[in-house]
Amino acid sequence: MDFNDSTEEATFRQEVRAWLKTNVPTKAEMEGLDEIEAAKLWQKRKYDAGWACIRWPKEHGGRGATAIEGVIFGQEESKFDTPTGLFAIGHGMCGPTMMSWATEEQNKRFLPKLASGEEIWCQLFSEPAAGSDLAALRTRAEKDGDDWIINGQKIWTSGAHYSDYGILVLRTDPTAPKHQGLTYFFIDMKSPGIETKPIKQISGGANFNEVYFTDVRISDSYRLGAVGQGWQVAITTLMNERASIGSGGGGVNFKSVFKLAQSVNIDDEPAIKDKSVRRRLADWYVQESGLKFTGYRSLTALSRGEIPGPENSIGKLVGAPKQQDMASFALDLLESSGAIWDPELSEEAGMFQAAYMASPGLRIAGGTDEIMANIIAERVLGMPQDIRVDKGIPFNEIPTSNS
Amino acid sequence: MNFEFTEEQNLLREQAGSFLADHCSTKVVRGILDGEDSYDQALWTKVVEMGWTATVIPEEYDGLGLSYLELSVIAEELGRALAPLPFSSSVYLATEALMAAGSNEQKEEWLPKLASGSVIGCFAVGEGTGQSTPKSLTTSADGNRLNGSKIPVADGDIADFAVVIAACASGDGASAYLVELNQDSVSRQKVNTIDPSRSHAKLDFNGTSAELLGNAGEGWTLLQKVYDRAAVLFAWEQVGGAETALEMAKEYAMGRFAFGKPIATYQAIKHKLANMYVKNTLAKSNCYYGAWALSTDAAELPIAAATARVAAIQAYYFAAKENIQTHGGMGFTWEFDCQFPYRRSKLLAVNIGSEATWQEKLISAIEDDRAA
Repeated sequence: MDFNDSTEEATFRQEVRAWLKTNVPTKAEMEGLDEIEAAKLWQKRKYDAGWACIRWPKEHGGRGATAIEGVIFGQEESKFDTPTGLFAIGHGMCGPTMMSWATEEQNKRFLPKLASGEEIWCQLFSEPAAGSDLAALRTRAEKDGDDWIINGQKIWTSGAHYSDYGILVLRTDPTAPKHQGLTYFFIDMKSPGIETKPIKQISGGANFNEVYFTDVRISDSYRLGAVGQGWQVAITTLMNERASIGSGGGGVNFKSVFKLAQSVNIDDEPAIKDKSVRRRLADWYVQESGLKFTGYRSLTALSRGEIPGPENSIGKLVGAPKQQDMASFALDLLESSGAIWDPELSEEAGMFQAAYMASPGLRIAGGTDEIMANIIAERVLGMPQDIRVDKGIPFNEIPTSNS
Repeated sequence: MNFEFTEEQNLLREQAGSFLADHCSTKVVRGILDGEDSYDQALWTKVVEMGWTATVIPEEYDGLGLSYLELSVIAEELGRALAPLPFSSSVYLATEALMAAGSNEQKEEWLPKLASGSVIGCFAVGEGTGQSTPKSLTTSADGNRLNGSKIPVADGDIADFAVVIAACASGDGASAYLVELNQDSVSRQKVNTIDPSRSHAKLDFNGTSAELLGNAGEGWTLLQKVYDRAAVLFAWEQVGGAETALEMAKEYAMGRFAFGKPIATYQAIKHKLANMYVKNTLAKSNCYYGAWALSTDAAELPIAAATARVAAIQAYYFAAKENIQTHGGMGFTWEFDCQFPYRRSKLLAVNIGSEATWQEKLISAIEDDRAA
């Protein structure tokens, strides 16, 4: 048992390090660029040198690298402050779905530009009445000659306002049972009739959007999979979602709260001397350590060419509530000043307050805590699904919140 | 990255697991719980024959000279089977103390016998209610004569010798002594515990002949060293037991119907079991860390051991109590097996320092590490 790279892995890591060292953009290069321009600059540079989406096949703009090489590249890149978030959904979910379901010609047209960052993609799944119960989505696609006409609304779409293309699931047959009336498409986000409205979050940011479709016309050639096969295609995307949405990191962890506990006082002594503080910190250390070494076990599986299964769901299920609890605890340690959220006045420029306000979203995005627990119970432990009262019933006869 | 057991070690796990499934069913555990015997002697004989007690003892002392990864594998399976054996006392504690502090003569005398299972050792620290510290100890030695009482001592009723942590005759420190228990000046009395499938005793020493193990005054340091090592092995037992509790809960939930369907379909039950799985997985991964640190003599062993122990205590307690809850009323009956992990989880949670003690050790070790 050791933490070392194999010989091939070590060689690969050296190669990655050497390339990153001379190619990560300097601050001067990024000066004056907005978030999108900066991200595109870096992505294009990676692409031109063969370091974009390295797990993808070469003909699609990747490098044909192994899973463990993908991890190694990510580990090394994360040591630099590079802008990569913009492409996470496109590269993590849209690309792999296209690879599984689009035609070879379509993949030739779209994947290299997705890999190079010239085009940004988003994912349009959730709807106001279809969150955890995604298959309850209602946005309609009706056949019109060789086209489909789309009407309805999507929600929680990250980056819809700057995306060039999107993947989406639509209801093509409301008279079929829920999962059987769905069809999967990709779409040009600049199509007439698409309107995007940002959603302001409790954290103050607006990363998500509502997307309205009014008589949007889409060619049947943009369909992925057969008519009525949309759920099956969506599963491909969701499998990749779990791989690409992490624990939501953020800056609040054992290290930062331990440091805070050394600097603030309880009863005129540093808080770190307080037994109850020490016990709480110990628990979080143990959780972080457990996640880290669970990750190492998965990496070992990857390194041996095995595919880690749904047990990876625990990263998000543990990490997101931990983030929330640690941020809450940090504010408690700050006593009344914990309420102040001001980059000038708050400890660590307001990192703890920001994490407190952002963490509820982490527990919901990409599968709620409850859905993650269901996944573990059903897919890891093999427990049966709940009996569903909407099973086999035509979708348009299922009771809804409004009926 | 190679953070996994080898194929040979995994094979050992399979062999150990299937051996214990055959020879250590819950009927065997129940036999000790309900009966007069302190441990299952037939099972012990087989375990010794397979060389498990000799695993990490060096070959020069007739051991197998294998690594702590092999011993971790065995510990996990013993924990999974809730084995009613004096294995932990003899192997994780007494053997470790001898290997860490024994003189050449002591090692030559005792390690081959521990390896062959012809003697059983135990480890005596606690003296009744509350946490033991060098200051709280009243058992002490006058020269080579030991006086005082130790309670509870796991396997103290059947062990051939004890490693006893006693106060120094002068000063605040503690010393460790090796004490043969067949002396007339030793009286042993079985004590009732929450887990009668593992026997415990009160040991009284009245001028009992004892020899120093390690240097005088270094007993407390030795104790910490032995505990750091034993904590990893106990944590593997705890994780094995926690997985048993989860399996029991799952099996019952799949077969038990309420309101016309298996209770395994209800989210209240699913989420309970998913939480068990999460805690068990994190604890197991921390045990990997502990096993790595133990097998490589890593400087961070105190951190790794505390991490594994805290996680394992919490996971086992949670799985054991929620297993009973999943079974409903039947889980509360003597007839059902749910009591075994529930009893064992708490026994193992308090035996070498409680959760709070190890949480404190963890933060202290992290402070030391960061100050260094």
